[in-house]
Amino acid sequence: MSDAAAIPANFKVQAPPVELEREVLVNKGRDIGWLSDRVASVIEGKTPWWWWAMMIPSLLLYGAMGAMIVYQISVGVGVWGNSHPVMWGWDIINFVWWIGIGHAGTLISAILFLLRQKWRTSINRASEAMTIFAVMCAGIYPALHVGRIWYDWYLFPIPNSNAIWPQFRSPLMWDVFAVSTYFTVSVLFWFMGLIPDLAVMRDRAKTKLRKFAYGIFSFGWTGSNRHWSNYEKAYLLLAGLSTPLVLSVHSIVSLDFAVSQLPGWHTTIFPPYFVAGAVFSGFGMVLTLLIPLRTLCKLEDIITMRHIDLMCKVILATGSIVGYAYIMELFIAWYSGSPFERYAFLNRISGPYYWGYLWMFLPNVIIPQLFWFKWFRSNLKVIFILSLIVNIGMWFERFVIIVTSLHRDFLPANWGWYSPTWVDILMYLGTFGQFFTLFLLFMRFIPMIAICEVKAITPQADPHHPLGGAKDGGHH
Amino acid sequence: MSASKPYGLLAEFDKPADVMHAAEKVRDAGYKVWDVHTPYPIHGMDEAMGLKNSKVGWFSFIGGVTGYTSGMLLIWFTNAVDYKVMIGGKPMFSPFGAFPPSYELTILFGAFGALLGMLFLNRLPRLHHPLLKHDRFKLVTHDKYFIVIETADPKYSPKETRELLEAAGSKRIELVEE
Repeated sequence: MSDAAAIPANFKVQAPPVELEREVLVNKGRDIGWLSDRVASVIEGKTPWWWWAMMIPSLLLYGAMGAMIVYQISVGVGVWGNSHPVMWGWDIINFVWWIGIGHAGTLISAILFLLRQKWRTSINRASEAMTIFAVMCAGIYPALHVGRIWYDWYLFPIPNSNAIWPQFRSPLMWDVFAVSTYFTVSVLFWFMGLIPDLAVMRDRAKTKLRKFAYGIFSFGWTGSNRHWSNYEKAYLLLAGLSTPLVLSVHSIVSLDFAVSQLPGWHTTIFPPYFVAGAVFSGFGMVLTLLIPLRTLCKLEDIITMRHIDLMCKVILATGSIVGYAYIMELFIAWYSGSPFERYAFLNRISGPYYWGYLWMFLPNVIIPQLFWFKWFRSNLKVIFILSLIVNIGMWFERFVIIVTSLHRDFLPANWGWYSPTWVDILMYLGTFGQFFTLFLLFMRFIPMIAICEVKAITPQADPHHPLGGAKDGGHH
Repeated sequence: MSASKPYGLLAEFDKPADVMHAAEKVRDAGYKVWDVHTPYPIHGMDEAMGLKNSKVGWFSFIGGVTGYTSGMLLIWFTNAVDYKVMIGGKPMFSPFGAFPPSYELTILFGAFGALLGMLFLNRLPRLHHPLLKHDRFKLVTHDKYFIVIETADPKYSPKETRELLEAAGSKRIELVEE
């Protein structure tokens, strides 16, 4: 180390003044061994009653979803409420809603990593899992929406005997590539983060089955620093690649709308507005999941009130962007001078679907503003309820965008009314079944906290910190 | 398995600062075939070991370039050469319309490059390793830090290497067998 020679032997690093010290990210000075024990105990302990109490209804709903899919495929898209002129109904609403929820996971794992937000380590694993499962729920809808799902493979550029190819000038094709890339890269990122943690589970395993299963999937990880060096670089690259990815996915989803020429859809504000809304709803879902789980799994020292406070602030920030977008959209509709644009937005607010607009506006614009106040950011019950309201609001946002724009377009001959059928409703509930089934399985078999990443941010893990064994004046 | 061959000397440490200083000593003593094993990546350990910058970036870069090029070529070939359909007066091929899928493929291939490149450089997955048979070494994923100097190192000598590790501050040094 060339510059090391310049440092005098009695050099002492000054500690920052007390008022500038940041709150710790792992409470009670827990050491790194405690972290492994605590997180692994969620998997190694006996299955708790509440796990089964959640799992059984989830499985039933999951089964209902399967039944609805079979019914829809065998009878046809007509079992849904989609009908002229509203050809995109709950299926596309739910697709956009679920895919939006996924965005928080990638934001936490990638963007917050690039921004060196160390608090992300406590929540990134569970949020990434949430992302993957949410995208799985989303993917069901467009696949079924095409009507004849046995032609779904036409979406991919596979040579076929009719010698036809997909038509890449359509944003729907862009969507196919965006969503499938998003899913694949999220799985890769999640799995790479899991390798050292599965090695933790392997080295603790008592039963043969666990030794075998965790052993296979941890790929023979030994914590070698030569490996960590490549691993950290790959992690940084994946974060760097996932950042433009997550921004592009919901942008491309929004282009499905914005590239069309329908009043209410044909706006350039859509890509940033959709991305902000996606992150907003995603953080809502992260809070919905983690607030009960941190208590049930006794993870309060790892997912601390500070983490929850910070997540509330992200909701406040993204909610404000969404609110700005709503108001700007109204302004532009007026300012455009186009009677069709003006009518589309007036109809949203005061037309027959005015209640949808209210359910969109209040939860997404007004409610998150409560998080300006510390009391709301430190009251878990309130945050939990608000996080649910955020996601209801975001569902209605997609409802408003899709249904109110389609139900009255240019000519009154094309006006109509949309309402969902029981199949729509049961299928939507069924996706919750799938989501929670997968999430419950995840938290029971895979470390739901990124053990190695949380270890790395504790003071005990820092070779330059007294708790990590650093001595005054010591340098390397 | 009958004639067990020594694999290397395994030295245990309790604190990250201790293992870091020890690594610097091993590096300065000129060892080449050795490694530090830690429960999490330690900042500055690459310098302490004298490692060069990781090469994973190249794999990712090549993946990304391949993804972008193949996306553009695919769309150009399918829509402008092999199956031309005029839609809304739009050009048969435009780099703008072809950009979103190519962009996604850049990221997709780049991500595979990063993960597979990392696994390739680390020679993983590896289902067997002498260290993984060692009971005490299981703590490497818990809260202990280890330095392993392999017998394959040209400078390795049972006595001197052990003395070096002792001088570096390890209180527990064991011989690991192949």
